[in-house]
Amino acid sequence: MKLLVCLKQILDPDVPARDFQIDPAAKAARRGGANLVTNIFCENAVETALQFREAATAEVKITALCYGESSAEDCLRKAMAMTVDEACLVERDGNTNPDAAAVGRVLAAAIRRLEQDGGPFDAVLVGRESGDWGVGQTGGLLAEELGRPALGFVESLQPGNGGVTLRRQTDVGIEVAEAEPPFLVTITNNEDNVPRIPKTRDVMMSYRKPLQKLSLADLELDSEEIRTGSSIFEVEEIFIPADEVECELAEGDTLEERVDQLAKRIHQVVASIG
Amino acid sequence: MANVAVCVLGSLGYDRAAQGAAGAGRALAESVGGELHALVIGPASDNAVAALAAVADRVVIGANEALGDYQPEQALQAAQQLHAAGGGDYVAVLLSNDTYSQEIAPRLAHRLGGSSMADAAAIRADGDHLLAQRTAYGGKAISIYRLKKQPAVVWLRARGFEPAPEQGAPGDVTTVDLALDPPRIRITGREVAAQEGVRLEDAPVIVSGGRGLGGPEPFQELKKLANAIGAEQGASRAACDAGWVPPNWQVGYLCHQVAPELYIAIAISGASQHLLGMGDSKVVAAINTDADAPIFKHCSFGIVEDYKQVVPLLTEKLQSMAG
Repeated sequence: MKLLVCLKQILDPDVPARDFQIDPAAKAARRGGANLVTNIFCENAVETALQFREAATAEVKITALCYGESSAEDCLRKAMAMTVDEACLVERDGNTNPDAAAVGRVLAAAIRRLEQDGGPFDAVLVGRESGDWGVGQTGGLLAEELGRPALGFVESLQPGNGGVTLRRQTDVGIEVAEAEPPFLVTITNNEDNVPRIPKTRDVMMSYRKPLQKLSLADLELDSEEIRTGSSIFEVEEIFIPADEVECELAEGDTLEERVDQLAKRIHQVVASIG
Repeated sequence: MANVAVCVLGSLGYDRAAQGAAGAGRALAESVGGELHALVIGPASDNAVAALAAVADRVVIGANEALGDYQPEQALQAAQQLHAAGGGDYVAVLLSNDTYSQEIAPRLAHRLGGSSMADAAAIRADGDHLLAQRTAYGGKAISIYRLKKQPAVVWLRARGFEPAPEQGAPGDVTTVDLALDPPRIRITGREVAAQEGVRLEDAPVIVSGGRGLGGPEPFQELKKLANAIGAEQGASRAACDAGWVPPNWQVGYLCHQVAPELYIAIAISGASQHLLGMGDSKVVAAINTDADAPIFKHCSFGIVEDYKQVVPLLTEKLQSMAG
């Protein structure tokens, strides 16, 4: 079987709020001192694929794919250090903030190219959303570009009866599904798909694994058309919200008085609900 | 003429989320001078249909035996066919923020040649485009997106919108038969999480506890407080990750996004993910020892004090007030 995992490189989302700044011209976060990292849900997707390979009796080959800047090679090397077999980087060609539709189109074209050369992918895994913009549309749009069925918020893939058994999280609990390849899933996190730390030996080995680089021209895509023609949304405005709420703190000389004030406020709201 | 559609899953009924989505849809329809249509995927109760007809100008119900049991591929096909059955001239197709609507939305947008957007807290028309406001960078920023293709298929933070007002006369209700293909991904089992009381999303009052509680036992103390005011119990990620309470108690951006009338945050500092989850609460009260905790910038009133001192006394007072 063959699995493909899509990765996105993002600004480290753990930058503290006090260091977070907007670049008004770019309508995006200013990089500042922040590192570039692999989006966490994408790393959960890599881990989920690796665990599927470990549970399968048949041979499973895993490919990582990224549409990004040349710096995104680091994400792909890290995925290979986690023991993904091979990787492909589609270089972004100056389109610094492509929308989900553009990303979906490019990834679909790259997947078709990789499939021409190496056979079909049984499953495509995409992180549920990214830690930067967090729009969470890429997986669904890619599924449609590929014309494949999809399931969202999946936490594990297991070899099943002729197909693949999926477990996923919904707002009412866990659902189990049977999927017939080829299909796409978006991956969410749980306690079992925490990304593994690569072993030193595997980090060294990752530099010997194949990393293919493709340009948009290689995929017969027109850079300008991708940038504008297929775009469905753009950032109109971005700003840091002001902390406008003025908190009224309970006052009084004794704890008793302060708690009494708090109780009255709470009672007032609860009583108004009726 | 340009209309607005609200697309709902019949099995979920006309819940608070559907009410909010319809409310957002009505406001948008008025601003573009169009009608509000409700597109219903699968069978719905008579009550739900009547409630939708009361607020929408037209209700179109998609019928097919298979739709009694949610399957994403079939729900998606149904939504696409309902879009056509409703007339197809929609500036926007709005959905709620349940898991199913979330996974359908981008794919429906693609099939309709439109734009897609997620988790919108506000929307408005701007010429042929829709503007949608949402958070970005894990809550550190607010972004406004211009959705350039019609229809704009958007799932909303639905409970944050006012319910749709009832119209003078009920809208027309029609049922259309849908042709659906067998799905290639089939949901075969559901392990519905044990749920005491009402869903957190629908709770009018919530008492949540966080890392500062230090262990599972204090949640018993918070339960007494919750009982005194008829509240459901929630928790922060730290408390859930530590195993003090079940994971389905977690209020946050990627789990329960709640919208109660009153949210009481106890020993919760207010990480941005948590603030996003509770962001639609009408009134927030905080109990925390740290006056500089971010939660105090996001609450209407509070007390800087150790919960151990406050909660038993507060519970007692509220019990006697409820008297």
